[in-house]
Amino acid sequence: MTTYNLQCTKRYLISLLSFSTVNLELFSSALGLFIDRRCELIEDIITRLQDETEGVPVRTVKSFLSKIPSVVTGSDIVQWLMKNLNIEDPAEAIHIGSLIAAQGYVFPISDHVLTLKDDGTFYRFQAPYFWPSNCWEPENTDYAIYLCKRTMQNKTRLELADYEAENLARLQRAFARKWEFIFMQAEAQVKIDRKKDKTERKILDSQERAFWDVHRPVPGCVNTTEMDIRKCRRLKNPQRVKKSVYGVVDDTHTQSPVHTPSQQINKDTREDVEKEILFLNTQLDRHCMKMSKVAETLMSYTDQYLEYDPFLSVPDPSNPWIGDDVTFWEQEACKEPCQQRVKKWGFSLDEALKDPVGRDQFLKFLESEFSSENLLFWLAVQDLKCRPLQEVPARAQEIWQEFLAEGAPNAINLDSHSYERTSQNLKDPGRYSFEDAQDHIYKLMKSDSYPRFQRSNAYQDLLLARKKPETDQGRRTSLEKFTRSVGKSLTTKRLTGLMQSS
Amino acid sequence: MGEMEKLRKEAESLKDQITAARKAVQDLTLQDHTSGTSVVGRVQLKIRKTLRGHLSKIYAMHWGGDTKLCVSASQDGKLIVWDTCTTNKVHAIPLKSSWVMTCAYAPSGNMVACGGLDNMCSIYNLKGKDGNVKVMRELAAHTGYLSSCRFISDSEIITSSGDCTCCLWDIETGTQKTIFAGHLGDCMSLGMAPDFNTFISGACDFTAKLWDIRDGQCRQTFAGHESDINAIGFFPNGNAIITGSDDASLKLFDLRADQELMTFQDSSIMCGVTSLAPSFSGRLLLAGYDDFNCNVWDTLKAERVGSLAGHDNRVSCMGVTGDGMACCTGSWDSFLKIWN
Repeated sequence: MTTYNLQCTKRYLISLLSFSTVNLELFSSALGLFIDRRCELIEDIITRLQDETEGVPVRTVKSFLSKIPSVVTGSDIVQWLMKNLNIEDPAEAIHIGSLIAAQGYVFPISDHVLTLKDDGTFYRFQAPYFWPSNCWEPENTDYAIYLCKRTMQNKTRLELADYEAENLARLQRAFARKWEFIFMQAEAQVKIDRKKDKTERKILDSQERAFWDVHRPVPGCVNTTEMDIRKCRRLKNPQRVKKSVYGVVDDTHTQSPVHTPSQQINKDTREDVEKEILFLNTQLDRHCMKMSKVAETLMSYTDQYLEYDPFLSVPDPSNPWIGDDVTFWEQEACKEPCQQRVKKWGFSLDEALKDPVGRDQFLKFLESEFSSENLLFWLAVQDLKCRPLQEVPARAQEIWQEFLAEGAPNAINLDSHSYERTSQNLKDPGRYSFEDAQDHIYKLMKSDSYPRFQRSNAYQDLLLARKKPETDQGRRTSLEKFTRSVGKSLTTKRLTGLMQSS
Repeated sequence: MGEMEKLRKEAESLKDQITAARKAVQDLTLQDHTSGTSVVGRVQLKIRKTLRGHLSKIYAMHWGGDTKLCVSASQDGKLIVWDTCTTNKVHAIPLKSSWVMTCAYAPSGNMVACGGLDNMCSIYNLKGKDGNVKVMRELAAHTGYLSSCRFISDSEIITSSGDCTCCLWDIETGTQKTIFAGHLGDCMSLGMAPDFNTFISGACDFTAKLWDIRDGQCRQTFAGHESDINAIGFFPNGNAIITGSDDASLKLFDLRADQELMTFQDSSIMCGVTSLAPSFSGRLLLAGYDDFNCNVWDTLKAERVGSLAGHDNRVSCMGVTGDGMACCTGSWDSFLKIWN
């Protein structure tokens, strides 16, 4: 499928997905079209890097008695990435380059460790045959054939590294019974290789080695082929039929440990489509708020809370993580709130209720207005929602008796509709029996009592009077503290008593 | 025209109307609106603590309510509760199944939960009488792996699973109360609303859904991503949600405008998003990626304002404390790091 068609199909499917149900069959078959995005992006970059006119200069370099074919320097690659991906910081270009190298798309010709360096180190491009997008999961038999093959060719550049020799020894033990077969396969590979042109072989050998550096990395290196076990099904090869690098036929099929073979695909029934229409109608009925209004809300929220965001404003007192001064946390826990905290209670009813001290203050205010039963009811219902199920019916009855029944000690004022609904719910009491009533009372507090609280003398006093927390006064000198306490005791004790005792 | 044909046509026309309604409210994009806002400037967070102790890939972490304790789950088969200030391990809980994919801390601090390839959500009581941490409940009914779980209270928990459903459980009785079905792909992550009345789920069908906990209905569906949604979370005011996907982008969707407000992506980012967390005010958005780094985005302007580089392997999970003081990242390199 051409890229254009792929894009169109993607967009069509995405628009379908924004609604509730979609023909499952259509969706499942389309899933196969979605290639791993990361591979797609990297392969695009790699193709451009190798472009004859727009890419990096790939050349043959003379070295001692031989020639090094088809290489490019690390700094060439870094420079190209910076220019063509609009990257200003070379460190970022190196980071991306290392990512590409770690996947095995480009590799250093003289090192098993796959990173990119911004210097004259030589790199070569990987053959498309070995690209990760081909869903390679090479078996140990392939790896054994490869290591065995290397020992057969008497070339210093093909000498096994220590960890490779160890791996070979381990594989020989594991495949003791199959070893003759592996040996034969290795010999066959060597025969095939010998037929190739010398320069071509140099290149192919290095590409093969880079492939194994990805799939059997040097100890200590990150294995980039490790997949998140949840994504096993996302592979293009869900049946995980193993294909061999060297054409060795293997009968074993392994199942993904995460998923069972695809379930029965159901055709859309009439019921499904009717459900969908119902859902769509509710969606349509919903009023969409204007983007400008929504943007306004987001902006004012972030603005209002900016001073409370420790990542953006320096907290006062200092952030406990920096300098290990835990005063901030102690303050949060204590009963004497600082001005900044009091200010937050004025942002919304939710904020006031979130803070236990704010809640107490609001309750005190409501008591002064003789409407504290509203908040008490709201708190009781919140608590009900957290109770274990077996306690719920009893507690619900208690709440009814206290707040809603005839002659209730803390009667709340409900509209008749909510009252009816609630008494119906109480016939089969559950956690959400008081939801309607709670909503109603919350709205009442929010529109009526809360604004008065914000304007009240009690709140305003707190807001203006408490400029510094109690602990600040604690920082005064001990002498000062002593004289103050002596002064206090002098005024409180009866002077006659003191005089008599002295 | 057959009946099915007629019904399908009706559905199509409704979809067109909804698209039109969404377009109609697009009087201004978020980016236009915030072009006048002052920039946030470069944000540089430093590593304050490194939590060492896990022996294998860390798959999940969650902060407790008191902002100092957190729990982490690793493929070495352990659930560790850390005192992040002293870096001490408060509890090291051995698990029956080492294929754990998620963990959660109850807001009360009394329990932790975890689950994974065993298709179960196991609840552990941290405040047992004799001081030992024991399995309290094993919630088994899902037919797929457990990808995420979040406590509503000590009595209820919500789970998301590879069987494409989410579920509300009563912990006391160990039974399913509500099943939230509708996704067409594995549910990968979930997020609780600040008021605990609704929750959101992100799935491998590239969509995010908003669910009402009380009636089990899907209230809204958000599409736009081109690959699996791995991470999801609410904006602090509860009116918007943020999703992170394998398509290397994050998206901000508004619940009241019922559509996407912003996409956070860059041509130099090629790896999927594994985890995300907004800062306390929501102005910053921290996201962990497959390429071992985290990026810090300015939520209003969709610009990168910083990065957290310090892990040697994929960043698999992250979270910001309730008071916004610190951010914790967990990685496949087996370490957790605290930043601010």
